[in-house]
Amino acid sequence: MSLDTVKNAEQTPDAAQPWAELGLKQDEYARIREILGRRPTGAELAMYSVMWSEHCSYKSSKVHLKQFSEKKPQSDAMLVGIGENAGVVDVGQGYAVTFKVESHNHPSYIEPYQGAATGIGGIVRDILAMGARPVAVMDPLRFGAADHPDTRRVLPGIVAGIGGYGNCLGLPNIGGEVVFDSCYQGNPLVNALCVGVMKHEDIHLAQASGAGNKVILYGARTGGDGIGGVSVLASETFDDTKPAKRPAVQVGDPFQEKLLIECTLEIFGEKLVKGIQDLGGAGLSCATSELASAGSGGMRIDLDTVHLRDTTLSPEEILMSESQERMCAIVEPGKVARFLEICEKWDVIANVIGEVTDGERLEIFWHGELVVDVPPRTVAHEGPTYQRPFARPSWQDALQADAPTAERLARPTTGEGLKADLLKVAGSPNQASKSWITDQYDRYVLGNTVLSVGEDSGMIRIDEETNLGVSVATDGNGRYTKLDPYTGAQLALAEAYRNVAAGGAKPLAISDCLNFGSPEDPDVMWQFAEATRGLADACLALGTPVTGGNVSLYNQTGEVAIHPTPVVAVLGVIDDVTRRTPVAFAEEGQLLYLLGDTADEFGGSAWSEVVHGHLGGLPPKVDLERERLLGEILIAASRDGMIDAAHDLSDGGLGQALVESCLKGGHGARIIVPEGADPFVLLFSESAGRAVVAVPRSEELRFNDMCTARGLPATRIGVVDGDSLDVQGQFTVSLAELKDAHTGVIEALFI
Amino acid sequence: MTTRVGVVTFPGSLDDRDAQRAVRLAGAEPVALWHRDKDLHQVDAVVLPGGFSYGDYLRCGAISRFSPVMETVIEQAKLGMPVLGICNGFQVLCESHLLPGALTRNDSLHFACRDQKLRIENAGTAWTRDYSAGQEIVVPLKNGEGRFVAAERVLDELEAEGRVVARYLEVNPNGSYRDIAGITNAAGNVVGLMPHPEHAVEPLTGPTTEGLGFFTSVLKQLVNA
Amino acid sequence: MARVVVDVMLKPEILDPQGQAVQRALPRLGFTGIADVRQGKRFELEVEGPVDDAALARIREAAETFLANTVIEDFTVRVEEEAK
Repeated sequence: MSLDTVKNAEQTPDAAQPWAELGLKQDEYARIREILGRRPTGAELAMYSVMWSEHCSYKSSKVHLKQFSEKKPQSDAMLVGIGENAGVVDVGQGYAVTFKVESHNHPSYIEPYQGAATGIGGIVRDILAMGARPVAVMDPLRFGAADHPDTRRVLPGIVAGIGGYGNCLGLPNIGGEVVFDSCYQGNPLVNALCVGVMKHEDIHLAQASGAGNKVILYGARTGGDGIGGVSVLASETFDDTKPAKRPAVQVGDPFQEKLLIECTLEIFGEKLVKGIQDLGGAGLSCATSELASAGSGGMRIDLDTVHLRDTTLSPEEILMSESQERMCAIVEPGKVARFLEICEKWDVIANVIGEVTDGERLEIFWHGELVVDVPPRTVAHEGPTYQRPFARPSWQDALQADAPTAERLARPTTGEGLKADLLKVAGSPNQASKSWITDQYDRYVLGNTVLSVGEDSGMIRIDEETNLGVSVATDGNGRYTKLDPYTGAQLALAEAYRNVAAGGAKPLAISDCLNFGSPEDPDVMWQFAEATRGLADACLALGTPVTGGNVSLYNQTGEVAIHPTPVVAVLGVIDDVTRRTPVAFAEEGQLLYLLGDTADEFGGSAWSEVVHGHLGGLPPKVDLERERLLGEILIAASRDGMIDAAHDLSDGGLGQALVESCLKGGHGARIIVPEGADPFVLLFSESAGRAVVAVPRSEELRFNDMCTARGLPATRIGVVDGDSLDVQGQFTVSLAELKDAHTGVIEALFI
Repeated sequence: MTTRVGVVTFPGSLDDRDAQRAVRLAGAEPVALWHRDKDLHQVDAVVLPGGFSYGDYLRCGAISRFSPVMETVIEQAKLGMPVLGICNGFQVLCESHLLPGALTRNDSLHFACRDQKLRIENAGTAWTRDYSAGQEIVVPLKNGEGRFVAAERVLDELEAEGRVVARYLEVNPNGSYRDIAGITNAAGNVVGLMPHPEHAVEPLTGPTTEGLGFFTSVLKQLVNA
Repeated sequence: MARVVVDVMLKPEILDPQGQAVQRALPRLGFTGIADVRQGKRFELEVEGPVDDAALARIREAAETFLANTVIEDFTVRVEEEAK
C-alpha cells in the first residue's frame, strides 16, 4: 500500500476508510472529517480511533466521573489532581507521594502471565512519569470460581506474571486482594497499583512547551506489540467469532524497565526534562498528542527516526504500537547531549524524534512527507462524550427483597454449629490464607516495608531519618455493590479507609479502578452511575479526594456482566512508622475491645455465600461520620501507644478477624459474648464501621476514656490468651485446628 | 579509619541499596561500585548484592560475571579480599568459578519469599565470625533460582572441609542439595549465600536483626587483619 | 525408541527480552558480527512405538495445546533419530 499522506488525503476525499473496523462509529468518523476539513490519512485515522476508544477517551464514563471534581472535598494535601498520569499528594516534610490503581483485565485473560506483567509495567511507568521513584506495588485481583478449570489456567499465570515482573523490577509487593466469584469467570480483574515518592520540587508533568525543545523517545525499540490493542481490547466484548480482532500480545521486559527507572531518575536528578510522558495504551499516538495538547505550542515528529524492532512497520503501526518500556521526554536543546549520555550509561536506547513548535498543530512526517496534521487537543482531550442511557435494572428490587433473614437462611444455633461455620468461612477460598500467592512476591526489597502480607494495609517507610511513612489499602466488594451500587461503592471506600487507619495512618486521598460490564447495557450504566455517585459523595464526606484512576468497561461475556466492582485504594500518611499497628495478637493478657456497633447485617456477607451460596438483600449500612470517628480513634490510639493490635472487621466479620489476628500472632483469645448479644450475629455480621483492638492492661483506662469522650462504642469482648480461640459458653477451637482450616486451601487448588 | 565496603551495582541489581544500608548499620562505610568500572576505589571488602542482573536472562549471573568490575573482584578475591555474594551475587560467584556448584530453578518452580530459619555451620569465615557454629538465625529468603546443586564429589569435599557456611532448617525452600544455603571458598574470604541477611538488620523492616552479623563479622576480620 | 524434538520459539513479532540481553552482551565479550539473538526452548520427547503420522499428529497436538503457548509462541516438530 502506498503512503497515505495529507496531500493524498486532500486529493482523494472519497477513498474508502476502515473506520468501522477500527472501532469508530459513523458520526465519530464524520466528526474527524469535520475537524480536519478533509478525510483523515490512514495514520490520522489510526490515532483518532485509538484515542477516541472507550479506554483512552472515557467517552461513556466521563459524564459521571465529573462528580469526582465537582464534589471534591477541600484538601490541602492535593498537589496534582485528576488528569495527569497520576495524582500527587503532599505527605509533609517536603515529600510528595503519587499513587494510582489501574486495570489490565482483558490482556490478562488472553495471556495471563504477560497481561499481568505488563499491567505492573504500565502503572510503574505512570508513577515514574510524575517524577517519583516507584517504591511499592499492590495487586487487587478477582478470579472466577476457585475450583473452575479455567481459573487454574488464569490464576497461576497472573500470579507468576506479577511476581516475574515486579520481583525483577525490585519493587516490594505490599498487599492487595484475591477474590473468587463465578461472575468473573470469563473476565478476571487484574488491577495493579503503584506508589511513588519524590520531593515537591521533583514533580513532573506531561506537557510539551518551549518551541525548539526536543522530543526524545527512549527505552525499548518499537515493535508490532498490541497494535490496535487499546482500541480493540477495551471497546469490544470477547467474541469467539472475531478472532482476527485479537491483538498481538505485548511482552514485558522487566529488566529493561528497571534500567528505564534508574536512567529516568538520574535524568530527573539533573533536571534535564521539561515534560515527560510514559508510553502505554495507544503508544506514540497517545504520548505525542497528550504532550502537545497539554503544552503551549505544537509538535513536529519525524516518525522514521523511531528505533524499530521490526523494520517493516508502517507509520500507522508505529503510531499504534504498544511496545512496552518506553518513555517520551521534552528536553531543552542544550541538555540533549547529557540526556543521551545518561541513557547510554544505563544501556537505554534513546534518540531525538522531533521538536516542540510554535504552531498549534501536531505534525508527523514519514521520510519527509506529512502524514499527520491535526490539532492535538481534538485527539487527546476533546474526544466524543456519550450520555449513555441508564435505568435501574428490573431485577434489582427482587434481589434486594431476597434478604438473608433467619427464616430464609438457617443459622447455627449451637456452639458446635457456630464453630463449624467459623471453620467453613475461614477455610473458604475467599477468606483462606493467600500466602501461597503472596510468597511468590518479594515484599522485602528496598528495605522499607513496615507492614505487608496479611495486614490491613501495606506500609512503607519513606524517610529513614524521620520515620515518615505512607500506607495503602485497596478494597472493593462486588457482592455488596451488586446489591446496591451506591452503598457498595461507599463501603469499598469505607473499608479501605478503615484499613489504613487500623494500621495507624491518616487517610489522605484515593485512587479508584472502576470495573464494570458493558456501558451499552442500561442496567450496567445504572450501576456505574450509582457507584460513581456514591463514591463521590463518600469522598466528600470523608475528606479524601480522588486523585485519579481508571475505568474498565465491557467486562462481560455475552449478556452477563461481572458484579459491578469499584476497587478503591486509600493512601494514608503516618509521621512515625515505628508507631504502626499490626493485626497480630502478640501479647498474652491484652484486652480485646470491639469498636463500633454490630447489627444483624448479612446481605452480601461471606457467611451467606459460603454456607448458603446466597446473594440477596441489602449490604451493610454505611455511616461515614462513624467511619471517620473510628479512624481518628484508631490513629490516636496507635500514635499514643494505647493499642498493640488492630484489625478491621469486614468480610467474615469478627470471627474471621479473630482467626487472622490469633494465627498471625500465635496466641489464642478468650471471648465473652456481651450481655444480650446474639453470638451468631456477633461473630458473623459484617456491619461496617468496626474494628477489634488489643489494649495493654495499663492503657485500658486511658483508651476507654478516649472512646467514651468521643462517643465511640467500645465493648470489652475478651482477652488474648492461650493457644485456642475460646468463645465462652459456645465453643473452643485450637489454633492448630484453625490453622489447618485457614492455610493450605489455595495451594491445594492451584499446585 | 573506617572500613570501606564496596557494593557493586550491575544493571538489574535490586538489593544494592539494602546491602549499603546493612554495611552502614554495621558501622562501616558503604561504597557504591559500578559494573563498568574496574576500579574498586580502595574498598576493603566487596558485597555482590541480590537482584536480577541482566534480567537473569541467559543464566543467573552469567552475563555479570564478565563485567569489568568482576575482573578486579576476582583478582582481589584470589588475593584474600573478603567478598560476599548474596542471592544473585552468589550466582555471580559460582559463574565466576570463585565458588563451586551452581544455582538452579527452585524445585517448586515458584519464586519463594519467606522468613527462613538457618543454621550457621561455619563461624570461621570472614563473613560469619560474629556467629557461633550451630547458631540458628532467621533471615528473609527470596529467590526463583536458589537451588544449590553440585556433583556428589564436590558436595562431599565441601562438607569434609567445613565449607558449608549455612544450612536451611525446618524447610528446604528450593530443593538445595544437602539443605545448603551458603558456602565458602577454601580460604574463607569468599562466601556465597542464597538468603538475604541485609533484610534482617532492623526490627522495623525485617523479621529479626540476625542478619547484621554477616556485616559486623567482616568489620572485625578487617580490623584484626 | 525414537526421539521427537519440539522446538518452541517466540513468534517473530513478539519481543524476546532474553535474546536481546544476550545479544547486547556478546559484543562486550568480543563476539562481534552477530546481528540478532533469539532464545527458545527445546523439548526432547522419547516416543514409545513407531513414529507414524498418527503419533506425530498427537505430538503436534501436545505441542499446540501444552508445550507451546500459541498466543505468543511458534513450534516445530521433527523426528531426530529412529532407533530400531
